[in-house]
Amino acid sequence: MIGMLEIRGLRASAGDIEILKGIDLAVNAGEVHAIMGPNGSGKSTLAQVLAGHPAYTVTAGTVRFDGQDLLDLEPEERAQAGVFLAFQYPVEIAGVSNAYFLRAAYNAILKSRGKEELDPIDFLDLLEEKLKLVEWGPEIMQRAVNSGFSGGEKKRNEILQMAVLEPRLAILDETDSGLDIDALRIVADGVNALRRPDRATIIVTHYQRLLNHIIPDRVHVLVDGQIVKSGGKELALELEAKGYEWLTGTPEVATA
Amino acid sequence: MIEAYVEAFERFARNGGSEGPEEVLARRREAFAWFVRDGFPTTKDEEWRFTPVAPIARTQWRLLDKASSRTSGRDLEPFRIGPPGWCTLVFVDGRFDPELSVRPALPGRVSVEPLSEAILRDPSLFRPSAVTPFGALNAAFAVEGAVVRVPAGVEVADPIQLLFVATPAATGAAVQTRTVLAVGRGARAQFVESYAGLGDTASFTNAVTDVMVGEGAWVEHTRVQRESDRGYHIGLTQVDQGRDSHYRSFTLAMGGAISRHDLRVRLGAENVESLLYGLYLGRGEQLVDNHTVIYHDHPNCRSWEVYKGILDGTSHAVFNGKVLVKPEAQKTDAKQTNRNLLLSPTAKVNTKPQLEIFADDVKCTHGATVGRLDEIAYFYLQSRGIPRAAAQQLLTYAFAAEVVGEIASVPVREALDGLVRDRLGARG
Repeated sequence: MIGMLEIRGLRASAGDIEILKGIDLAVNAGEVHAIMGPNGSGKSTLAQVLAGHPAYTVTAGTVRFDGQDLLDLEPEERAQAGVFLAFQYPVEIAGVSNAYFLRAAYNAILKSRGKEELDPIDFLDLLEEKLKLVEWGPEIMQRAVNSGFSGGEKKRNEILQMAVLEPRLAILDETDSGLDIDALRIVADGVNALRRPDRATIIVTHYQRLLNHIIPDRVHVLVDGQIVKSGGKELALELEAKGYEWLTGTPEVATA
Repeated sequence: MIEAYVEAFERFARNGGSEGPEEVLARRREAFAWFVRDGFPTTKDEEWRFTPVAPIARTQWRLLDKASSRTSGRDLEPFRIGPPGWCTLVFVDGRFDPELSVRPALPGRVSVEPLSEAILRDPSLFRPSAVTPFGALNAAFAVEGAVVRVPAGVEVADPIQLLFVATPAATGAAVQTRTVLAVGRGARAQFVESYAGLGDTASFTNAVTDVMVGEGAWVEHTRVQRESDRGYHIGLTQVDQGRDSHYRSFTLAMGGAISRHDLRVRLGAENVESLLYGLYLGRGEQLVDNHTVIYHDHPNCRSWEVYKGILDGTSHAVFNGKVLVKPEAQKTDAKQTNRNLLLSPTAKVNTKPQLEIFADDVKCTHGATVGRLDEIAYFYLQSRGIPRAAAQQLLTYAFAAEVVGEIASVPVREALDGLVRDRLGARG
């Protein structure tokens, strides 16, 4: 079986500093993979490189998504192909309402697939459905995108965007950081509701707690730009119990 | 070049200096003497340092042009704001057009009339304060404009619209108008003052507007400058606010080869609030200049100013914002912000906040930025499937929409939002 996502020997740098030092990873449709690791290990970089973040340069390796060369695509083409990155730090866009922004994104993707765009009324119907998933009322749609949102609201908004755009590959970059228990549950429920046999999810996280709610098929540990260990869901529990020290050889400075 | 003006003024004065009373002519003479003494400003003048007006100064403009142009209502449609029922005075090439105007019955003896009619009964309406060279030139020659008087305690529900249109017949002519907006004690009114150029009319608009905001009055004043890209526009707005009054202005400047607007607001009593918002959009080789002065003369007043600019092509913007706080103006709360977005490497901005504070118990801040769109914001939009060009439009529109959103009147806000969207190509 050919994986939905095939990463081979991926190396990437920010300026002169190499961050990813040869990543190999295969994700099949229907699977949830967790990528864990200490701070500075490169896990967020991996998520951002897959989405096409301009701050990183890929220096070696290949990434194929549904057999297509992902690295050759512009960020918007990756999104149109079905890749979605839930940002660790979602961007605030004062002056544009959430509704306008989401419809612009939704229609851009429809258009790229040669489909007819949705008018504002039909789009509102679609939104109503998706808002339930993150337990929000319609008021949020008139607020400017992430502008003045709390940390938790921003993360929920990412999940809302994901629910609207229905990506085939969703990459969640530390979506659990800064969430209280209730928000964590809402985010996890949202992600679980979107799971389907033809979709895959990559969860980048420092902690195991989100994985109590979203059960991963595979867990990978990234240390210094390389995957040093892979396993089943029990690996996450082991990391929770032992910390990262047994894999890195150095004690981690607590940051959370 | 001044000789031509002298000759024109002498002819004008011999003929009585329009139909106004004798005292008006005396004021015209005074203003004209001021203009002759100082002439047109040059870039050696600090107030005009980045705004060369030589193209205006060296052109032999037709003054007091009588050439008549026929304009149809359809030509004006794109420039009308709000629903057709709003009280609207239309001036074509500086002359009042009663047929294109809309004058519904207004409550409480509100009067909306052309200056040429109003001045016959009330010469005191003509109070030239020759504070700028162009203001003096206007005082010498302007014979038409709008006069709106809202008596004490009256609330006018819909905005009153003043539309000044320059048609191709005005090419080569100086169109000078003078407008007076007087809002009485405790009254409430909204004004939309628009200057527009049809086609590629190359005229020179020199407009002055005096606004009197009475004690406890509430006024929203929106000024829209949409001259043709070959036109020149110089505007001066002077506002005088009474105790406990609230004045909010929104200035949109998007037309003209060279445009300049001076907004001077005097917080002339205690407990006054002034909100000044502005948006200027430059493209091609446009030069757009906004100068504001806020006079904090009394204690316990608040001024809040946000001007934003979006510059494309080789356009050039100038912003100068003065806040003058007198020694007795304690507890002044003043904040000024000027933010500029450059869309091209050849666009440029000169921005200068100037705070002169002589009171010690005040809260005054200012900030000015000039920058480009954030790459991370681009990436965020692109990662949602929005192509880079569309992302630029959306982010640029967002930058503008933030300040347009401050307009209180919903229909005015929506109309300006539409204008900005069309200009920035962000229809969606």
